[in-house]
Amino acid sequence: MLREILRRLVATIPVMGVVAIAVFALLHVTPGDPAIIIAGDYATADDIAKVRTKLGLDKPFLTQVGIWLGGIARGDLGASIYSGLPVTTLIKQRAEATIALTLLAMLISIAVGVPAGILAAWRRGSWLDRGVMVFAVSGFSMPTFWLGFVLVYVFAISAHWLPVQGFQSFERGLWPFLRHLILPAITLSVVYMALIARMTRASMLGVLSEDYIRTAFAKGLAPRRVLVRHALKNASLPVVTVIGLGFALLIGGAVVTESVFALPGLGRLTVDAIIRRDYPVIQGVILVVSGVYVLINLVVDVLYVVLDPRIKY
Amino acid sequence: MSHLSRRHFLAGATAAAAAATISVPRVHAQKKGGTIKFVPHADLKVLDPIATTAYITRNHAYMIYDTLFGTDANLAVKPQMVEKFASSSKGMKWSFTLRDGLKFHDGQTVAAEDAVESLKRWGKRDPLGRLLAAHTAKLAPVDKKTFTLELAQPFGLVLEAIGKPSSNVPFIMPARIAATSENEPIKETIGSGPFKFVKDEWQPGNQVVYVRNPDYVPRQEAPSGSTGGKAVTLDRVVWRYIPDHATANAALEAGEVDWWENPPLDFVPKIEANSALATFVTDPRGTQGWVRPNHKHPPFNNKKARQALLYIVDQPKYLKAAIGVEKYYRTCPALFSCGGPFESAVGAPGKPDVEKARALVKESGYDGRPVVVLDATDIALTHGAALVTRELLSQIGFNVDLQSMDWSSVVARRAKKEPPAQGGWNMLFTWWIASDVINPAVHAGISGAGDGAWFGWPESGRIEELKVQWARATDKAKQKQLAEEIQRVAYDEVLYVPFGQWVLPTAYRKAVSGVLPFPAPLFWNVSIA
Amino acid sequence: MASSVPALRGELAVAPAADRPGLGGRTRRLAGRHPTLALGVVVMALIVLSGVLAPAWWTGDPLEMRPAERLTAPSAQHWFGSDNFGRDVYTRTLYGTRVSLIVGAAVAVISLLIGTTLGLVIGFYRRLDTVMMRVMDGLMAIPAILLALALMALMKTSVRNVIVALVIPEIPRVIRVVRASVLSLREHTMVEGARALGARTPRILVRYILPALMAPLVVQATYICASAILFEAYLSFLGAGTPPHIPSWGNIMAEGKTYVQLAFWIILFPGLFLALTVLAINLIGDGLREILDVRG
Repeated sequence: MLREILRRLVATIPVMGVVAIAVFALLHVTPGDPAIIIAGDYATADDIAKVRTKLGLDKPFLTQVGIWLGGIARGDLGASIYSGLPVTTLIKQRAEATIALTLLAMLISIAVGVPAGILAAWRRGSWLDRGVMVFAVSGFSMPTFWLGFVLVYVFAISAHWLPVQGFQSFERGLWPFLRHLILPAITLSVVYMALIARMTRASMLGVLSEDYIRTAFAKGLAPRRVLVRHALKNASLPVVTVIGLGFALLIGGAVVTESVFALPGLGRLTVDAIIRRDYPVIQGVILVVSGVYVLINLVVDVLYVVLDPRIKY
Repeated sequence: MSHLSRRHFLAGATAAAAAATISVPRVHAQKKGGTIKFVPHADLKVLDPIATTAYITRNHAYMIYDTLFGTDANLAVKPQMVEKFASSSKGMKWSFTLRDGLKFHDGQTVAAEDAVESLKRWGKRDPLGRLLAAHTAKLAPVDKKTFTLELAQPFGLVLEAIGKPSSNVPFIMPARIAATSENEPIKETIGSGPFKFVKDEWQPGNQVVYVRNPDYVPRQEAPSGSTGGKAVTLDRVVWRYIPDHATANAALEAGEVDWWENPPLDFVPKIEANSALATFVTDPRGTQGWVRPNHKHPPFNNKKARQALLYIVDQPKYLKAAIGVEKYYRTCPALFSCGGPFESAVGAPGKPDVEKARALVKESGYDGRPVVVLDATDIALTHGAALVTRELLSQIGFNVDLQSMDWSSVVARRAKKEPPAQGGWNMLFTWWIASDVINPAVHAGISGAGDGAWFGWPESGRIEELKVQWARATDKAKQKQLAEEIQRVAYDEVLYVPFGQWVLPTAYRKAVSGVLPFPAPLFWNVSIA
Repeated sequence: MASSVPALRGELAVAPAADRPGLGGRTRRLAGRHPTLALGVVVMALIVLSGVLAPAWWTGDPLEMRPAERLTAPSAQHWFGSDNFGRDVYTRTLYGTRVSLIVGAAVAVISLLIGTTLGLVIGFYRRLDTVMMRVMDGLMAIPAILLALALMALMKTSVRNVIVALVIPEIPRVIRVVRASVLSLREHTMVEGARALGARTPRILVRYILPALMAPLVVQATYICASAILFEAYLSFLGAGTPPHIPSWGNIMAEGKTYVQLAFWIILFPGLFLALTVLAINLIGDGLREILDVRG
């Protein structure tokens, strides 16, 4: 099993290689030019050319790729063209907000989505079932920022229960940390929650119609026991898949949510960097985020084996 | 002039001022300490105030650097870092002596050499600085605290140049930093100003942090503008960049931030109605909006096509779309701003006349090629101006290609001198505070230097001649006359078309006091309850 | 094409009054068995009509600015209120339908066409498979919205470029679905038989495999369409979507977000339309999936 995990880990390297090159290529094919902004308002064409040379932007494409990849091997993702701060520093500054937001959103989604899906499947065809399904479909039909604004208006502006924006680091205390994250996390979790609920329901429906479940009920076992211990365990595979794949949705949603709630996270960092063509930052963040996504899917794959010993790779 | 009279405008400005609790600037007896959370109008990206004219960088520089001279609330230039100064030989020779107690943040005493190197670097970039440098024979330190400036030709604006309040401001840096080439941004943030920059806590796109400089020795006089004693009461200043205006507004109302630099005008009535908040017009001289055509490429390289613009820019229409709230704007034909010393209506276009504009477009021989108009969608005023312009240009027969992007992209794109089809542009919109357009020497748009001019690159030898004459004129009446002639030529050549003038109030919680009237937000003298 | 009628498991049964043969009767029965699908179709139809016939539904000029009437609440004169430039929100919302629907449909169709073609080829030729799948995995590792944003940042904002920026992240996902089906169908006896008879690969692909893919692809198309419409809104919200002078729900909301406290109607109505449309499309997708008995 360990060997299997290692093998998969190694297999992610070419994938990340593709990501790295794709991102690099994407940015450097562009007509946009950060040198102009840096060179300042009075720069002549000469000045701009000098700045480009200094930033290494005039070297041939492959050389630039090589330099960048070499840097990554050393753990150096380069430095922001604008602030001069190392990309790794920028990522460290902003990672906490995004990680906290995404984890909290994931927790909420699973905590609400899975039980909802189970209940919907168990009480199939009832109003509960319909209600859950309608909620689920609405959940991922709504634009995240719209929901965010509604929540802010109701809970922060009108009721003053929660803060409007901002982020408090965990080290300043658990309660302020949570207070600032509740609304953004709920906003972000709705889409994910809907997906999980749907998937759980579908998967549970498949399992609940199996004979061994009917036997379990016939034996007189308490419904909760049947549902959780037997059905859920077997239904969990697709749910775990969705959790893994849906992570990309969470990242996307995080970008927008961070904008609404002014959270200093990786999403906003990337959007700012993209708009300004701050290549090292864009490349660095996308690489890191994609890396995390790949790792999560790796974890999901491993979980498969844990949950269903029949699966052998 | 339209019904938006000066009286109406000033009434609005004073009303806004009256709605605030402005404290008379006091140097003593204020509550010490505290942190203030400020929402700036933009994100601080570039730290070098010589490399860019961006106001956010200028505001940052006011925190950590000091200047030789400052400009007070009445636009008078007064010494700041300078103890005494004198001019001799009919103003051809100047000598400046620095006052005591000036230290950089790394502990080094400020020397004359630092001042000289800083001025030299500034003089390579800023238009007024370059003008001064062109008239300078020698600028050198004499001893540790004194330096002299010897002119090669008469120049009437020496102090106005060195005491320039807005971009680019000749901030004083250590000589070794000022020695950096003007084509490279500086790497360190060491100044001698009343605040220190906390680099470790700088999160670009999110926050900038400053702390009080305990070693700063303020002057004795009361503060006024960037002159006088910069006595700091606050311990910490945090600039929180909140790009979404609705969020910033909610944050201000909830008390999560204390001072919002530029609330969009639509929020101001609500803020004024809130008893915990106050608004204040820090720069009653206002801001001027520009419609700037590109003189390098067709169709606006043709004078008639440009003149058509004079007949379509309907200032009330632009102002309503760009600014929105009438109380805060006024029409103004003066290129040197209304309320300024060189205000005049000479040469300004009359009422808008669509027919005349159409005729001019035809006469110019316009061939139908797309007119690339840059639209910065994240700045409400340029966005409004762009949308109105698009409509008007189409009405008179232009084929408009409106390109929408964010302001940083406009800044990048406007520098391109190539034809529009190859990444250039035909028209853009911008704004300058009154101090930056108040006379022909500081005004970046009044230049006929072609490729050496501000973006748009108009060519006009006559304008350049007149500017030099103006700079050399010492007689006030002659200056006024020359300024009017410059305006006439500027309008005739259509260097740009102003679309109006407005003031922007700032907003803060009533716990904040001591905000000084000045085009940039100043944090000395400010205290928070 | 597998089209089995699903057994009535807990669905509300419809009275046999609709038992008459003929299109009307069949449709009614179908609607009865799949009420959510029916709802989705009805809502969708209304929205499409509102977009297609926008000029007819008592609208004005979506670009006309009346600064004197800026930020007025919904009233008889402005049914959905007016925005900060005095433009009529109702008119813009209805015209915005066109853009959003065009983007959604175009992205769905184009990504499906390209993705299916590539997926068929990759799935069938083993040698291409491993390499291309690594590449696809790599591309799919980049969160779609960041990829779309980066692409938009390279290009001028226009509806066409938004479509391109949204298609590119979708293609690997379509390829994955197609490839999965191709892999399983490749070994099917029917295909073996065809090969034995000497049929050439392209023919096999088109005649045997493609038809089996239709059902899941159609379902996939609806989801892509829904997600594209949402993503266009996100791109516009972040400032990198359709150009502002072309109203789309996304950019109406983007411009209106500043006024969420002062004039919430600017965000409210396009947001409602957007949510309803995406909801309807998702319901249609779900319903189709049930009818076509497809396992996603």
